[in-house]
Amino acid sequence: MKRSSLAQKIINAPYILWAALFVIAPLIMVLYYALTDSTGAFSLDSVKQIGDYGGTFILSISYGAVATLISLVIAYPFAYFLAHTKANFQRMSVMLVMLPMWMSFLIRTYSWITILGESGVINSALGKIGIGPLPLLNNGGAVILGMVYNFLPYMILPLYTIMAKMDVRLIEAAQDLGCGKLQVIRKVVFPLSVPGIASGITMVFVPCVSTFYITQKLGGGQVNLIGDVIEAQFQTANNYNLGAALSLVLMVMILICLGVLNYFTDSDDEVNGGVLV
Amino acid sequence: MKNTPVIIDLQNISVSFDGTTILNNINLQIHDGEFVTLLGPSGCGKTTTLRIIAGFLQQDSGDVIFEGKNINGVPAYKRQVNTIFQRYALFPHLNVYENIAFGLRLKKMKEDDIKAKVQAMLELVNLKGFGSRNIDSLSGGQQQRVAIARALAVDPRVVLLDEPLGALDLKLRKDMQVELKNIQQKLGITFIYVTHDQEEALSMSDTVVVMNNGEIQHIGTPIDVYNEPANAFVADFIGESNILDGVMREDFHVEFSGMRFQCVDKGFGKDEPVDVVIRPEDIDVVPAGQGMLQGEVTSVTFKGVHYEIIVDVDNFKWMIQTTQKASVGDIIGISIKPDEMHVMKKSEYSGLYGDYSSFSEEFDELSDPTVVEEEEE
Ligand SMILES: Nc1ncnc2c1ncn2[C@@H]1O[C@H](COP(=O)(O)OP(=O)(O)OP(=O)(O)O)[C@@H](O)[C@H]1O
Ligand SMILES: [Mg+2]
Repeated sequence: MKRSSLAQKIINAPYILWAALFVIAPLIMVLYYALTDSTGAFSLDSVKQIGDYGGTFILSISYGAVATLISLVIAYPFAYFLAHTKANFQRMSVMLVMLPMWMSFLIRTYSWITILGESGVINSALGKIGIGPLPLLNNGGAVILGMVYNFLPYMILPLYTIMAKMDVRLIEAAQDLGCGKLQVIRKVVFPLSVPGIASGITMVFVPCVSTFYITQKLGGGQVNLIGDVIEAQFQTANNYNLGAALSLVLMVMILICLGVLNYFTDSDDEVNGGVLV
Repeated sequence: MKNTPVIIDLQNISVSFDGTTILNNINLQIHDGEFVTLLGPSGCGKTTTLRIIAGFLQQDSGDVIFEGKNINGVPAYKRQVNTIFQRYALFPHLNVYENIAFGLRLKKMKEDDIKAKVQAMLELVNLKGFGSRNIDSLSGGQQQRVAIARALAVDPRVVLLDEPLGALDLKLRKDMQVELKNIQQKLGITFIYVTHDQEEALSMSDTVVVMNNGEIQHIGTPIDVYNEPANAFVADFIGESNILDGVMREDFHVEFSGMRFQCVDKGFGKDEPVDVVIRPEDIDVVPAGQGMLQGEVTSVTFKGVHYEIIVDVDNFKWMIQTTQKASVGDIIGISIKPDEMHVMKKSEYSGLYGDYSSFSEEFDELSDPTVVEEEEE
């Protein structure tokens, strides 16, 4: 290993360059904008303003948490049953789960407007039997729906992967020692799937908290999350400094979340070995 | 053992997967406290038999009787039968203590009782003080002990062991064989043990069940299956044997290799074709001309305690294990006592085994019946 260190460096060079260019440089830019004012002089003004957005942060986290929880509740049993079906069926189902991910995120979200809107699919169907139109769009519920719909596959896949890899003999051993069906899930399947749950939560929670497109299209401006505020600072208010400061806080928050979740994921490397995505 | 009541009775059990018959009409009675070993080549259905007893698999036809009660539909978790899995299947998220306590907690035992039981189990398997260890921090042998303790903690009536020592090295394997046997005798519970190692089967069991192709070939004591094998397959699978094509001329008179010999078997039809088994260690080497048969030595291998000599007698190659020395090319006589010729009825295995003509050192492994099986398919 030692002898190949030069070769190793050469091989690594492109990745280091890539990381420097696309990870470190943007971070430094964000940091720079966050700690300066519009003239470019050092200033803590933007950072001080963050306090005003405390409510928005809390709202974002709440929305993210609700969407993540709903995703987990839907994905967990789905992944469990999927992992216990025939191999062919599993392959096909995983394909179907991933299929929407190959479509543009924007189109997927936009399509919900045509479903939920006042003249959308549901309301026109309901209209025929004399109900409605119901206010399905432009509210918190629609936003949550958009979040769950868009990010559900990211919850299903790590859970499915971990359950498909789970040693059936552990389940048999549990039955052998006296576990009924539910007890097997509670005492063996669930504890062993914790790393998958942690990965799933991370992959759903993070994009939910920072989204702005879903809130704009499905929330109709009724729901203002931190992603919207940041986007507005850059796009309309032209206050790069405040936008950067808010991004920084969001980043730190997400890092803390990841740190906590990583604790669960790392605790069992073997089971977590090949979590997908 | 036969004087204790029957605890498990398999009646006409058949199973097939995707149209292939895996178990064909298995009938087996196991007595309380008995150490029964299922022995047979890979793929013969040993694990499948255990899984049916454990309740992980439903037979297509036939009945599983436990203490006189039919338990066909009873799920695994309600059966008083526990399995020790081949690769242990310990719960990786629990430590040693909690693994052993797993079944006890399900029984809603009091914490104090659980503690006492786990300690007793740890002592039984020589793992005192290992309670708080992580499963992945244990060696293979230690994990195996935890698996044994976990299964025994719930006081099963019957323990199923699926090649429990398969993953251990030879030395550890031998030690664990002794230990398992001691534990079984100490607790007096029924063990149903699966192995494809004939030596292990012979040294540990009260009863050996030899299986092949999903069928039971022979049920008997270790001495029984060795000395009185039911057919050529059993004779060849357990130990080495010379199996000759013969004819039973009348009671106590058998003919093979063109000669008529005195034997101790009777009850065959007049001039019935038979297989005659003679173990290599039961053959005496005598000077040429003085034996019952004679032939030319074609190979001699030193085996430590004895020599393994291959002798060509009229184109049939005999294997002889003897402490006497001979050299390749020697003409020697061989002599066999009447009670060392074992006469068997012809079976589907007749002619497949028991001739050492293709034998050489490198072929030693190929004379394993499992390999012969595969070549035929
Ligand atoms: N679920 C299954 N589906 C299809 N075939 C199976 C299944 N389980 C076992 N078999 C087949 O049944 C046969 C017997 O298997 P079994 O596991 O009982 O053999 P075994 O005697 O335990 O062999 P080994 O010594 O290799 O463990 C094998 O040919 C195997 O391929
Ligand atoms: Mg097996």
